[in-house]
Amino acid sequence: MLDELRDLYQEVILDHGKNPRNRRHPEDANRHALGHNPMCGDILTVFLKLAEDGTIEDAAFDGKGCAISMASASMMTEILKGKTAPQAAHLFDNFHRMCTEDDYVPLADSLEEEDDLDRLSVLSGVREFPIRVKCATLAWHTMTAAINGEDEATTE
Amino acid sequence: MTDLATLPGNNSIAAFDVERIRADFPILAEQVHGRTLVYLDSAASTQKPRQVIDAMTHAYEHCYANVHRGAHHMSMAATDAFEAGREKVARFINAPSTKQVIFTRGTSESINLVASSYGRAFLTAGDEVVLSELEHHSNIVPWQLLRDQIGIEIKVVPVDDQGNFLLEEYQALLGPRTKLVAVTHISNAIGTITPLAEIIRLAHDAGAKVLVDGAQAAAHHKIDVQALDVDFYALSSHKVYGPTGIGVLYGKTELLNAMPPYQGGGEMIKLVTFEKSTYKNAPHRFEAGTPAIVEAIGLGAAVDYIEAIGHEAIAAHEAGILAYATERLNQVEGLTIIGQAREKASIVSFTLEAAHAHDIGTIVDRAGVALRAGHHCAQPLMARFDIAATARASFGLYSTRAEVDALAESLGAVNEIFG
Repeated sequence: MLDELRDLYQEVILDHGKNPRNRRHPEDANRHALGHNPMCGDILTVFLKLAEDGTIEDAAFDGKGCAISMASASMMTEILKGKTAPQAAHLFDNFHRMCTEDDYVPLADSLEEEDDLDRLSVLSGVREFPIRVKCATLAWHTMTAAINGEDEATTE
Repeated sequence: MTDLATLPGNNSIAAFDVERIRADFPILAEQVHGRTLVYLDSAASTQKPRQVIDAMTHAYEHCYANVHRGAHHMSMAATDAFEAGREKVARFINAPSTKQVIFTRGTSESINLVASSYGRAFLTAGDEVVLSELEHHSNIVPWQLLRDQIGIEIKVVPVDDQGNFLLEEYQALLGPRTKLVAVTHISNAIGTITPLAEIIRLAHDAGAKVLVDGAQAAAHHKIDVQALDVDFYALSSHKVYGPTGIGVLYGKTELLNAMPPYQGGGEMIKLVTFEKSTYKNAPHRFEAGTPAIVEAIGLGAAVDYIEAIGHEAIAAHEAGILAYATERLNQVEGLTIIGQAREKASIVSFTLEAAHAHDIGTIVDRAGVALRAGHHCAQPLMARFDIAATARASFGLYSTRAEVDALAESLGAVNEIFG
């Protein structure tokens, strides 16, 4: 029993879950959205500072939730910095497939994206726990909403 | 399988044999992730005994047609079986008459029925409806919908840090504009049993009617609507070991027959022309369309099952499990029980310092332990305790100490992983 669970709760996840990076509210953020998982009631806010050329100069989040959702939000905010909005969308597409598809094959556009997907692969354990996929993707749906200028995202 | 005829009807606790009872519930033998299911989610929905399953199968195989319609044998036989379900429910809650037992889809619909029908007919702008912080969303949202439609005001009775319903604060909220008190009997989220007798007496003294959300209570305690003098009482079949898709609204006759229909359709009318329709009295006035026929038969079998074992024996068994679970879980490192009311049903809601409720749910599931993680459709109550979610173990007549031990051990695994 513990072995399967250790695949889900890898050390990296537990570390990010306990000590989330970028859990703050940046004063100069110009985009934000509220993400809501109606099933468990978890709520988090994603803040972005988007430059005029579409580069994400800063990414942060606030909220409380399970280890999976906190780790995913934490890792996402680290990875997004310096990416453009389309790069972020492309990465989320790959990440979403990683979390849901058994025969997932990464379709990375660049070596950098390959590295990012490698880092995110610690979250791929949710594939065996379908009910937890929404925990892993909540921050990403919320980030997408923020970039699109929407106030709210839901995993409904 | 327990032969109900051999069970004493005198509620003798000595006759309560949990292993014999468990043998009546086929699902309890199921394996989950290679372990025998430890079902600790009865507050969400109870499992079904063979007697209920068999009664429903028998109805479909031998006694099924639409009810109250055909002049043929099967329709009359099905009508008799369906109405026998209503008679059993009336006996179960000590309703004076079967005419006061309305079949709905469940507690939520029962409350919506009262809010829509009684609420729109008898409440006006500025009238006050009193709720409590313990309420399930089902006993909050219908009143908010009514507020948005006709401008009533909603007042909320607070609970203390243990989750006790605060009678003094309640009394202070009652006033000349209070028209209805809508309150839970037992909190689904933290197990508090509310002081209904006092709540109802004080409401009546203030000239208000009382609706009780009995979804959590009916499986655990004898419900006596006459002793309570309650105006409306709502419950769900699937939380009393019966099938899903059916519930009950009890109401006082003079209120029910003064209320306009909730939905229109067949079954509820006396006479229809394109100019005008006239309606039957309760219960049929509120039962538009073909009802949940076989579910009513299943619900009847469920209340027979509970009564054969006896409310007192069930309550005593569950009190023992609650005491044991409280003691055992308090020994788990970092565990805090949310809700320690003086009067409490067999529900233990808790948080762990190391892990979020959702992570707890996933980990204990791998040990075959089914519990609920989340806000339990009681977000205002979660906010009251400044938490987003709890893990909740809820027990039923088939729960055992060994299952409590399995939960405690699996929580040890949570602490190990997050340690």
